[in-house]
Amino acid sequence: MFEIFGIPSQALFGQLLLGLINGSFYAILSLGLAVIFGLLNIINFTHGAQYMLGAFVAWMLLTYFGIGYWWALILAPVLVAVTGVILERLLISRLYQLDHLYGLLLTFGVALIVQGVLRNHYGISGMPYSIPEELSGAMNLGFMFLPVYRGWVVVASLVVCLGTWFVIEKTRLGAYLRAATENPALVGAFGINVPRMITLTYGFGVALAAFAGVLAAPIYSVNPNMGADLIIVVFAVVVIGGMGSILGAIATGFGLGLVEGLTKVFYPEASSVVIFVIMAIVLLVKPAGLFGRAS
Amino acid sequence: MMSAVVEGKAASSHAETGRTAKSRSHMALFLALLAAGLVAPFFLYPVFIMKVLCFALFACAFNLLLGYGGLLSFGHAAYFGGASYITAHAAKVWGLTPELAILVGTLAAAVLGLAIGALSIRRQGIYFAMVTLAFAQMVYFISLQVPFTGGEDGIQAVPRGELFGLISLKSDFSLYYVVLAITFGGLLAMHRIIHSPFGQVLTAIRENEARAISLGYRVNRYKLMVFVLSATLAGLAGSTKAIVFQVASLTDVHWSMSGEVVLMTLIGGMGTFFGPVVGAAVIVTMQNYLASFGAWVTVIQGAIFVVCVLLFREGIVGKAASIFKKFGAAVRKS
Amino acid sequence: MAEASLHEKTAASKDGPLLNVRGLEAWYGDSQVLHGIDFDVKPGEVVTLLGRNGAGKTTTLKAIMGIMAKRKGSVQFQGKELINLAARHVARHGIAFCPEERGIFSSLSVKENLLLPPQIMPGGMSVEQIFELFPNLKERLGSQGTRLSGGEQQMLALGRIMRTGAKFLLLDEPSEGLAPVIIQQIGRTISRLKQDGFTIVLVEQNFHFASKVADRHFVVEHGKVIDMIPNDQLDSSIDKLHAYLGV
Repeated sequence: MFEIFGIPSQALFGQLLLGLINGSFYAILSLGLAVIFGLLNIINFTHGAQYMLGAFVAWMLLTYFGIGYWWALILAPVLVAVTGVILERLLISRLYQLDHLYGLLLTFGVALIVQGVLRNHYGISGMPYSIPEELSGAMNLGFMFLPVYRGWVVVASLVVCLGTWFVIEKTRLGAYLRAATENPALVGAFGINVPRMITLTYGFGVALAAFAGVLAAPIYSVNPNMGADLIIVVFAVVVIGGMGSILGAIATGFGLGLVEGLTKVFYPEASSVVIFVIMAIVLLVKPAGLFGRAS
Repeated sequence: MMSAVVEGKAASSHAETGRTAKSRSHMALFLALLAAGLVAPFFLYPVFIMKVLCFALFACAFNLLLGYGGLLSFGHAAYFGGASYITAHAAKVWGLTPELAILVGTLAAAVLGLAIGALSIRRQGIYFAMVTLAFAQMVYFISLQVPFTGGEDGIQAVPRGELFGLISLKSDFSLYYVVLAITFGGLLAMHRIIHSPFGQVLTAIRENEARAISLGYRVNRYKLMVFVLSATLAGLAGSTKAIVFQVASLTDVHWSMSGEVVLMTLIGGMGTFFGPVVGAAVIVTMQNYLASFGAWVTVIQGAIFVVCVLLFREGIVGKAASIFKKFGAAVRKS
Repeated sequence: MAEASLHEKTAASKDGPLLNVRGLEAWYGDSQVLHGIDFDVKPGEVVTLLGRNGAGKTTTLKAIMGIMAKRKGSVQFQGKELINLAARHVARHGIAFCPEERGIFSSLSVKENLLLPPQIMPGGMSVEQIFELFPNLKERLGSQGTRLSGGEQQMLALGRIMRTGAKFLLLDEPSEGLAPVIIQQIGRTISRLKQDGFTIVLVEQNFHFASKVADRHFVVEHGKVIDMIPNDQLDSSIDKLHAYLGV
């Protein structure tokens, strides 16, 4: 091990890795927000609660049914997505004719309900979720010890993000989605069932959030408030990146995580606000966001 | 804008002639509220009414921006809570008299509003809401870290002091009338703002921004001005609350406080002048009665959000006004 | 005067209409745009809707297609009532729509734009046949849809609905903003489609273009059809038409 700028390499790279992990969550969550916003034109304030639900469902599957991490990684996003689909059909779909801000208020209310109910039931102290055996331990990379699970989180997030990018940008299904984002009426006039696409897209965005939640469960303790503050940072990430570009959202998410990690090393006092400071600068220099199209 | 949706109906049915009638009925309501306010402490617990008054002022300040400026801020806790910290610090550490402490806190909110507003108005609609929320979260994190706010404990045992160095505000009763005066001062100021030429330009911008620009109005200046006014008055409410409860804490800068003021305005009636007052009274009362239920309060607030957005977008005052109008029309017909 | 003669003429047609529009009304929000459109289209026919700007021609196509949220009256296609169907169900009956300004998706490549509309029924053109008709498209398959020239975009917009198997086309101003040589090519395409048995409703401002391809012309004014002129009587009706269109 060695030192960089007087900082032990383990400390530097350790923080960078933590930053990258936060960045993974920013990337997945802002990607979900962007996909939902593109088609539904609402900002899904419930996103943080759905991330938390992903972690909770994983914990419940383990605690009540003995279903482990790997199954939870698939089951929890599916189950949470089902609740999302119900939410969209029952409530959100009634707001499409109204101002977009009503969608924000509705999903904010739903987030309060979900968080409140779980807080009543489980308190706020948080429940541990242990790292699956296959991913426990650490590797010595020479310049740092890499906890295997943390490496896995970064890799899994990247794979899911790039997979999402591929589906949206390179497949026929993605072409429908992009077309409906641009002009839903015309896509409907081609005989395509746009309302069903909207519902499934919402479900998919929610599943992304829940997937991030399962990944997060072994790192942070599982608690009802875990998504509440995170979602606000993700909003800032979305403002910085702009919601026009999928790759842009992914790059912004990981990049800001790294910046946050670096700040923790060199000026820890500012680490919790650095993203907001960057947002302020971006608003001054490029209000539409780094990858946004000026409207 | 959402407010345009809400207000549009009201505005279109109100001809110019209706305007004077409306402001006359507003004056009558002001007097009735003032009369109620003057006698209320003889019937109700003064600290409770002071809380309602502080939140009523806060909610009206928020509604000035949403209902008349057409901008949904999701970060008004920053000005409310930020001002309460400054006022608490000024009164406790600098030993300022309460009116000066409140003034300092309010000015701080104005400065904060100017800084955040200038950045936030660069985005519109849904992005504006996210930006204001993010900046408010930044204020929250700063409040958590800087030494003078006392971190998790907040600033406690803030002295109420003597008004102008003369009148002791120790008794709830004397403080109550000061708070009543501040609240009504704030409400009247807002009423003047809304019905001034400035307010009419704001209405024009909200209803058709492109047209206002083509008429030569510097739209962003107007937006910034109403943002700063709204932040300032929200700060006045927060400062006053710090003196009343003798404490400034993280609760007041947390995002849930920003959500609460949205809820008060939503339930009372967005874009109606007195709606936020009613909404504040409803929510504060509800919190008082349900205080022992813990997190269920959050659940109920969430449920109210959902119900209001889906079924009750006019709010209490908006609904009452439309029922009243229908009733009036029915009477005139018969 | 025009109305009576119009009804006589439509009643006189022996073979039943493929599309029969009666009393069609439609609204944008609270303002009514169509006030009772009546016209019919026989199988294999090309008809145009002529009229000034804002007369309601585009809205008529959108109302038939089911894109207008609020509409009333009757739209019968092959004897089936479509007025209450959502756009995607109207499309499934074999009606295809090419919107004003072409509706090419900018976030889709030319190829994706071409393959986007699903095949509704068998008998649509193959991609190769479309390339035969519009060779330009083949060379630019990878480009962004909106990077094409106006003429190429129009070919793409036509090509993509010819794949679907729909034999009834609603075309909104296919000649708009195009160079004369491109308009000729579009005109040849429409004639070719007619030969292949397509039935077409065309909204046109370009009267000259319309006269080359259509069998009958319906004149729309203030959200109503006020007259019908068969193409062979066009020359004798030219003064009347100029009066309608305010040329």
